[in-house]
Amino acid sequence: MRRTKALKKMLGLPYYLWSLFFILIPLGMVFYYGLTDRSGSLTFENIAAIVQAEHAKALFYALFLALIATAICLLLAYPLALILNTMRISTHSFTILIFILPMWMNFLLRTIAWQTLLEKTGVINGILSFLHLPPIHVINTPHAIILGMVYNFLPFMVLPIYNSISKIDRSIVNAAEDLGANGPQILLRIYLPLSVPGIISGITMVFIPALTTFVISKLLGGSKILLIGNVIEEEFTLTSNWNLGSGLSIVLMLFIIFNMILSAIFDKEGESNYL
Amino acid sequence: MNGLFVWETELAKKLITLNHISKSFGSQLVLDDLSLYINENEFITLLGPSGCGKTTTLRIIGGFETPDSGEVIFDGEDITKLPPNKRQLNTVFQRYALFPHMNIAENIAFGLKIKGKSRDYINDKIKYALKLVNLDGYETRMPDSLSGGQQQRIAIARAIVNEPRVLLLDEPLGALDLKLRQDMQYELIRLKNELGITFIYVTHDQEEALTMSDTIVVMNQGYIQQIGTPEMIYNEPENAFVADFIGDSNIIRSTMVRDELVNILGVDFPCVDKGFGENTPVDVVIRPEDVILSDKLDGRIQGIVSHLIFKGVHYEMEVQANGFEWLVHSTGFFPVGTPVSIDVIPFNIQIMNKPESEDEEALGIEEYA
Repeated sequence: MRRTKALKKMLGLPYYLWSLFFILIPLGMVFYYGLTDRSGSLTFENIAAIVQAEHAKALFYALFLALIATAICLLLAYPLALILNTMRISTHSFTILIFILPMWMNFLLRTIAWQTLLEKTGVINGILSFLHLPPIHVINTPHAIILGMVYNFLPFMVLPIYNSISKIDRSIVNAAEDLGANGPQILLRIYLPLSVPGIISGITMVFIPALTTFVISKLLGGSKILLIGNVIEEEFTLTSNWNLGSGLSIVLMLFIIFNMILSAIFDKEGESNYL
Repeated sequence: MNGLFVWETELAKKLITLNHISKSFGSQLVLDDLSLYINENEFITLLGPSGCGKTTTLRIIGGFETPDSGEVIFDGEDITKLPPNKRQLNTVFQRYALFPHMNIAENIAFGLKIKGKSRDYINDKIKYALKLVNLDGYETRMPDSLSGGQQQRIAIARAIVNEPRVLLLDEPLGALDLKLRQDMQYELIRLKNELGITFIYVTHDQEEALTMSDTIVVMNQGYIQQIGTPEMIYNEPENAFVADFIGDSNIIRSTMVRDELVNILGVDFPCVDKGFGENTPVDVVIRPEDVILSDKLDGRIQGIVSHLIFKGVHYEMEVQANGFEWLVHSTGFFPVGTPVSIDVIPFNIQIMNKPESEDEEALGIEEYA
């Protein structure tokens, strides 16, 4: 009996080691660097640095763009999830596959592809000039960053929402119709309230990666637009100020934790487990 | 007043008429040229095994399915294409379908809020409906805190506050246990009488149908097999399917010798049926409780008891006689192995035309459509 218990504990060992080396120790290092200066003495300066104009601006800009991208994803994903729900099994699996397919390709590659498409002399402008239409200047603007965020993170919004909508019993919708509700009333009084858990996890799963991204802003926003992710990245790669980078990371983590608490409150059924 | 009288004399007003309804799902034909009318204030039950098309018929009346062909007439108006939210009827669904995110009062108020009724009116209605289903004081409870029977009654309350002219009930008692089901049957009859509206009830439970209905529509494989009062359906089944589906029965291939005389398993029995011709093959239905056993061996057929089960009110026995295993219900006790005689009085022998083929068996009673 005791042996099997010991054996069971042994089975968990790889996961404990993984968590220790790749989550707990790195996290500890972030906190160590974030709360010390270069000489190793305790300081809160790295965290307080967030109020400096350039950092605060990058944080607010990142929050702003992430919010817009999340809102656009929600507006696109909800109708799509409703449509998926009304499809027959065979067609909806195919449609879901179309949405998931790009997720299997490398994130960096997909973003670089958008760079190529949007460039001043890129594919889209090539087609436009061929059609004698004026070229568009999207690359290196906030619009391009939002486009990149929406494109990359949309599936993370669609799937949890679809998952929670598909769990709504068809007979509940029938009952609402039976009691006189029309389409918009059913959407407002049945679908929306019953899919709140999916909406919340969708928002979490889009907002957090959008808030922390530095690849999308770097590739599609050029060097002009700095988001908090870019600032942190540069502290590590360019200026080699690990202490400041860690301090700012801790601040960003607070936003993420806040978002995850919200999501834990509303998403009791674990819609995000779908992915 | 009994349903048969109303139905046959057509004194009652036809409220719903289904004309030549057909419906298939994919390649499967679920309803084939079904016609039926439903009177005002009738308790009509669509009865049949699963897959017979009874639920589809109900969903067509409710507006949740559109027939491939045929029309649905409601109070003289064609409503075939009318969506469910525009129909003057309400449905009680199989699994109750209460809104899980609303409390009981909000559930009941749903239809009234949609119709824009005043707050006072809605509150009065909620009180009235909860009283009617014996659940006063449940306003702020959530659906998942209620038992199946209570949820069922809330589903009924939610439907009837809208004052529908017709209440559709789709196997509403299917998920309840036996005792609760019996209580709810009485409750439904009481509700029907208090509300004075039409009930269209779908079930596969013949006992439920016999207990509650004014009229029973027996369905099989998308066809109506027989329409009639519970007494008619039970005592005079139109064909072997109905006889077999409604209660236990002995169905025996026999020969109609002439009017009022039938040869069952080689023995002539006087009966009351006429007009089948001479020496015509027929099916005979004899209910197990109509078989008279006697150990004095003074009946028409001699046999031996082969099985005996105590059923509470009566004994259920199987008697081997003239190559047929007779099912018998009797309060008399005859141990296994007892030689007994079998007799049946003429009135209890029900003669049915023999179908020539399977197809005809399903189509059998086209004259009713």
